[in-house]
Amino acid sequence: MNFDLSDDQKMLAKTVADFGKKESTVERFRKLRDADGLGFEKATWKKMGELGWLAIPFPEEVGGLGGSFVDAGIVLEQLGKTLVPEPYLSSVVLGGHALWLGGSPAQHEKLLAPMMEGDTILALAFAERNVRFDPRCCATTARREGDAWVISGQKAFVLDGHAADHLVVAAMSDQGMQLFVVDAAACERKTVRLMDGHRAAHVTLRDVSVGEDRRLTARPAVEVLERVLDFGAAGAVAEGLGVAFAMLWTTVEYLKTREQFDVKIGTFQALQHRTVDMFVEVELLKSIHTESVVRASEEGPERTRAISAAKLQLAQGGQLVSRQAIQLHGGVGVTDEHDIGLWFKRMHTLVTICGDESAHVARYAATMDAS
Amino acid sequence: MDLSFSPEEEAFRQEVRAWIAQNMPPHLKAKAEQAAHFEMPEVMEWHELLYAKGWVAPHWPKEFGGPGFSATQRFILGEELELAGTPPLSPFGLVMVAPLIMRFGSDAQRQRFLPKILSGEEVWCQGYSEPNAGSDLASLRTMAVDAGDHFVVTGQKTWTTYAQYADWIFCLVRTSTEGKKQQGISFLLIDMKTPGVEVKPMQTLGDTPAFCDTFFDNAKVPKENLLGPLNGGWNLAKALLGHERTLVAAVGQTRRNLRLAKRLAAHHLGANGKPLLEDPHFRSKLARLEMRLRAHQMTNYRALAEQQKGHHPGPESSILKLVGSMLVQEADELCMELMGQSSLAWHDDEAVEPFERWVPPTFCYDRATTIYAGSNEIQKNIIAKLILGMPGA
Repeated sequence: MNFDLSDDQKMLAKTVADFGKKESTVERFRKLRDADGLGFEKATWKKMGELGWLAIPFPEEVGGLGGSFVDAGIVLEQLGKTLVPEPYLSSVVLGGHALWLGGSPAQHEKLLAPMMEGDTILALAFAERNVRFDPRCCATTARREGDAWVISGQKAFVLDGHAADHLVVAAMSDQGMQLFVVDAAACERKTVRLMDGHRAAHVTLRDVSVGEDRRLTARPAVEVLERVLDFGAAGAVAEGLGVAFAMLWTTVEYLKTREQFDVKIGTFQALQHRTVDMFVEVELLKSIHTESVVRASEEGPERTRAISAAKLQLAQGGQLVSRQAIQLHGGVGVTDEHDIGLWFKRMHTLVTICGDESAHVARYAATMDAS
Repeated sequence: MDLSFSPEEEAFRQEVRAWIAQNMPPHLKAKAEQAAHFEMPEVMEWHELLYAKGWVAPHWPKEFGGPGFSATQRFILGEELELAGTPPLSPFGLVMVAPLIMRFGSDAQRQRFLPKILSGEEVWCQGYSEPNAGSDLASLRTMAVDAGDHFVVTGQKTWTTYAQYADWIFCLVRTSTEGKKQQGISFLLIDMKTPGVEVKPMQTLGDTPAFCDTFFDNAKVPKENLLGPLNGGWNLAKALLGHERTLVAAVGQTRRNLRLAKRLAAHHLGANGKPLLEDPHFRSKLARLEMRLRAHQMTNYRALAEQQKGHHPGPESSILKLVGSMLVQEADELCMELMGQSSLAWHDDEAVEPFERWVPPTFCYDRATTIYAGSNEIQKNIIAKLILGMPGA
């Protein structure tokens, strides 16, 4: 048993952390959030592609760097610390993994490779309005017309769908669920501003026609979606670990400097114990995050159990951290001016996407051993 | 990054499991099956069997009679013993005082005490807490007065677990009232048969006779029973707290408790006469506990991987006691809730199923888990200061 990162992985973590500290601070995120535009920068995305970050978790035979999902977790954890807004989770983890698992070599070359270079952005369009997290609840339809497929329906909260070049769309056909890679330009898109400053799209497909070469057939679509949403959940936990870590230590520093009653408020035991509670939850999150990124690439029940347990810990532990961080900052924590609230909002997004607390507890409970 | 056990480690796990299955006496197995409380003579019976196998002190170095196990083997042995519900060995000799004797004792003290701790011939108890010295241990007042070749000890220790069965007690005593209160404390090994030592057992909340008051009335203790330097006992106490904290992750205990909870959930009927195991509300409660236990177990593995490399326990180990003790209590609470009205029965084999009898007393006694080995509040003080670097008052 060994929890150590390899030398390459340590280097990766340091490189991404340095990028966050020097080039993509929380201040950068705030500026991009408040500006009109995408909410992130395509030039930075391209740079991430050049650094290899976007290719790292994919195998070499599809043009990736042959790393593992542990590496994607390392990148996401560091990006979370300074709220780097580029669409890593939505494009590399959700859209990219759907194309990798569902696609053919030709599709990998044509559609996945440019994303790994940072030239395009992929998004996963599976969610629909007022449906919680079950990807099988899908009212969008696909019907065969000659050599083509015609897709109709609406997709909701497509993360970074406003900026995506291609959408991986889930649609129901008479042969069951299908996944198609659709050009974003062929759809009607309405940008939705999210609580955390990121953007998504509500997408309407009106008889959008795509060729058979855009259907993902390497695996059954439901299986691809289940596995991709697990990657997404593990990725959300990884980013959430970075968010929780940043909030814990920002709060600890605040308690060491803020004075009331003529003393540092960090001298108060009630507040000290609260920060210890936060520390405990971050350590538990780190532990189960590690299991979840390691198992994310496995098949079978231990993967889903580990990932659901990690998502529960993010929901309970991660949110204990984000809520107490606000509380311990007092009034200033409730202002938009202070960074702590930005992490708080991102934590809510990460807790919610790819299955929230209730969804994961229900999934775990359904397959729990009886003894 | 590799979270699996090696084939050798898995083979060792199978060996341990098979050995327990073949060697645990039937009357102890029956008690384990009912999650019953083991009395001290049963604990010592199991001690002897493990001693004969060479597994009674997996953490001891070979030179003192340990088996030379790796950190992972120690962990696997401990986990399998917990999972099988074998009697938990008395920790006071094997885990607490023995490492201090190895580290701080003279050769004569090592030869005198260690072999009999290992064999179980001598049973130990711990004399730390006093009626007015609990979390503030350094304020203890049991006095040891220098009388030439011996000390004369007078005072009272309390919550001395199983003192009535003990042959020896290790005590923190005051040998000086000068300077800071931590500086006047010494560590004494006292024979329980010494005239002037008296033990009065008291019932715990679980109605088990696990606690005692231990009184010292001018008890003569030879000076060769001083462990470590005179007035240097506080350092020994701090070293011991380090050992104690790693004891209490209690992963195996909580996994057993969870198994018991599922058994209770299959046995008790809820709405419409369906077992609670099929009730979504209770099922999700069980799932939540199992999921949180998984995060705790991974934290335990992280601490283990660090130990395996020979490192001192890192920040992850400091939270094992905090989280482990809370999960023990949560599992107990869930068991009680699953039992419904049956949880009201008290030490009654007929009103409830035999495997349910010990649930209520265990639920009561396990309130101690967040108190012993340094209360959880004291643990939080330590983490706040040493890890988070919080300022002092």
